[in-house]
Amino acid sequence: MKEEQSKEKVKKFGMVIDLDKCTGCGACMVACMAENNVPFKEDESKKLDSITWLRIYKLTNGKSFPDADICYLPRPCQHCGGKGDHGHSPCVSVCPATATDYNKETGIVSQIYTRCFGCRYCMAACPYHARYFNWWDPVWPDGMEKYLSPNVSVRMRGVVEKCSFCFHRYQLAMDKAYYEGRREIEETEYQTACTQSCPANAIAFGDLNNSGHAVYELKKDKNAFRLLERLQTNPKVYYLSSREWVRRAGDNYLKDEKK
Amino acid sequence: MSTPDDKTKGVSAETGGEEAVASFKGVDEKEQGEGPGGFIVLFFIIGFVASLIIGWVIFPKLLYSQKRQPVDFNHVLHVETVDNGCESCHIFREDGSYAGVPKLAQCADCHQEVQGDSPQEKIFVEEYVAKEKEVPWLVYSKQPDCVFFSHTVHVKLAGMDCVTCHGPIGESTSLKPYEENRLTGYSRDIWGKSMTGIKKNSWDRMKMDDCAECHEKETGRKSSVQTDKDACFVCHK
Repeated sequence: MKEEQSKEKVKKFGMVIDLDKCTGCGACMVACMAENNVPFKEDESKKLDSITWLRIYKLTNGKSFPDADICYLPRPCQHCGGKGDHGHSPCVSVCPATATDYNKETGIVSQIYTRCFGCRYCMAACPYHARYFNWWDPVWPDGMEKYLSPNVSVRMRGVVEKCSFCFHRYQLAMDKAYYEGRREIEETEYQTACTQSCPANAIAFGDLNNSGHAVYELKKDKNAFRLLERLQTNPKVYYLSSREWVRRAGDNYLKDEKK
Repeated sequence: MSTPDDKTKGVSAETGGEEAVASFKGVDEKEQGEGPGGFIVLFFIIGFVASLIIGWVIFPKLLYSQKRQPVDFNHVLHVETVDNGCESCHIFREDGSYAGVPKLAQCADCHQEVQGDSPQEKIFVEEYVAKEKEVPWLVYSKQPDCVFFSHTVHVKLAGMDCVTCHGPIGESTSLKPYEENRLTGYSRDIWGKSMTGIKKNSWDRMKMDDCAECHEKETGRKSSVQTDKDACFVCHK
């Protein structure tokens, strides 16, 4: 059994988001919240309080009318592999509770809510603001408990949560594969909720190590970039844009600094 | 018991007639010096034994409430009549999920009417089948919300027996009482019966360490960066 498992190929799930296609409609944010039992507040405009595993940012090029341009940038957890892809992502390195972990077989950064004690070091460490703290217990409107997904555990007050790349969908897909006597799943069997909900098809999701998956080629595109690449966090979320200013906005450059 | 020293004290303090009284006083003082030490030891032992009894016998009894199952199911009787062992009733669905405790419809396939002379079957048919009410079974192995457990991977892929985790429940003629932890609401089968934490059988306990222990031994996977064991997102969700 040990040998059999070591033969399994190491996967590295990742995402490629085409920013030229994204219209900023927010369908991915809604799908994500519904899929992952993300609690919502009475006043969602209080951004210190609200939780969005996937958030859309609006970028502007800062120019006036004829040259003005905007871009919407959806930001899930980047599932950083850390320098050299050894799994030492910023949040995993600082967690004193072993509540967040990097899985070398899937490349996914996990968050175990029952293990977390809410120190929020990971939130300070994360350069992408991908982590959120539950300042309150979730309050569901009457009867809504029945609509919660049983595949994702609900969080309580005092813990940190973040995007899991819909890992429960991987678990369920693997279950089906095992039942049918397979050890591997197809690309289409494991897709995140945001990917499937995007009406513009801007999000592609798959195994970055698997040449059969769409993301394998997409990430090699000449317009592909990652956020804050100079920090060497080695994220698994790639962005595509044909616009130079958008690509440049992916990192912090000084005004007259050459890329 | 009076010592020469006591006597001299008494004599020096009082006249001869009162010597006996004085020396008696002296004895009294001496005994008080020894006595409390003995009492402390005695009280310590009594207290120690009492707290042991409270902690190891009375508290566990108070912590768990005993509940009876709505119908006393006889596994032996059913295993004899079905062809496919446990999987005859505890089925896998086609999407790889596991049905667990059968629903009423599945039982009603055979138990539309009372078949035998068991009073438990009569209760089952009259109270539940006739009224089309699901039986509120108490699940001994119910895990917390944050746990993802796949029967498919353990049974179909790893080829484990049901007995390894569930024990010889198939050989039972009656369902044991469900002991519910009053604080957490979980069954005692999760924490285990033994107060000392000694595990005799693989099914004695179903805590995270028990899962992790077997995973380490059987899979040998070290995919977690934090623990160098199997990753968290294998059993958690």
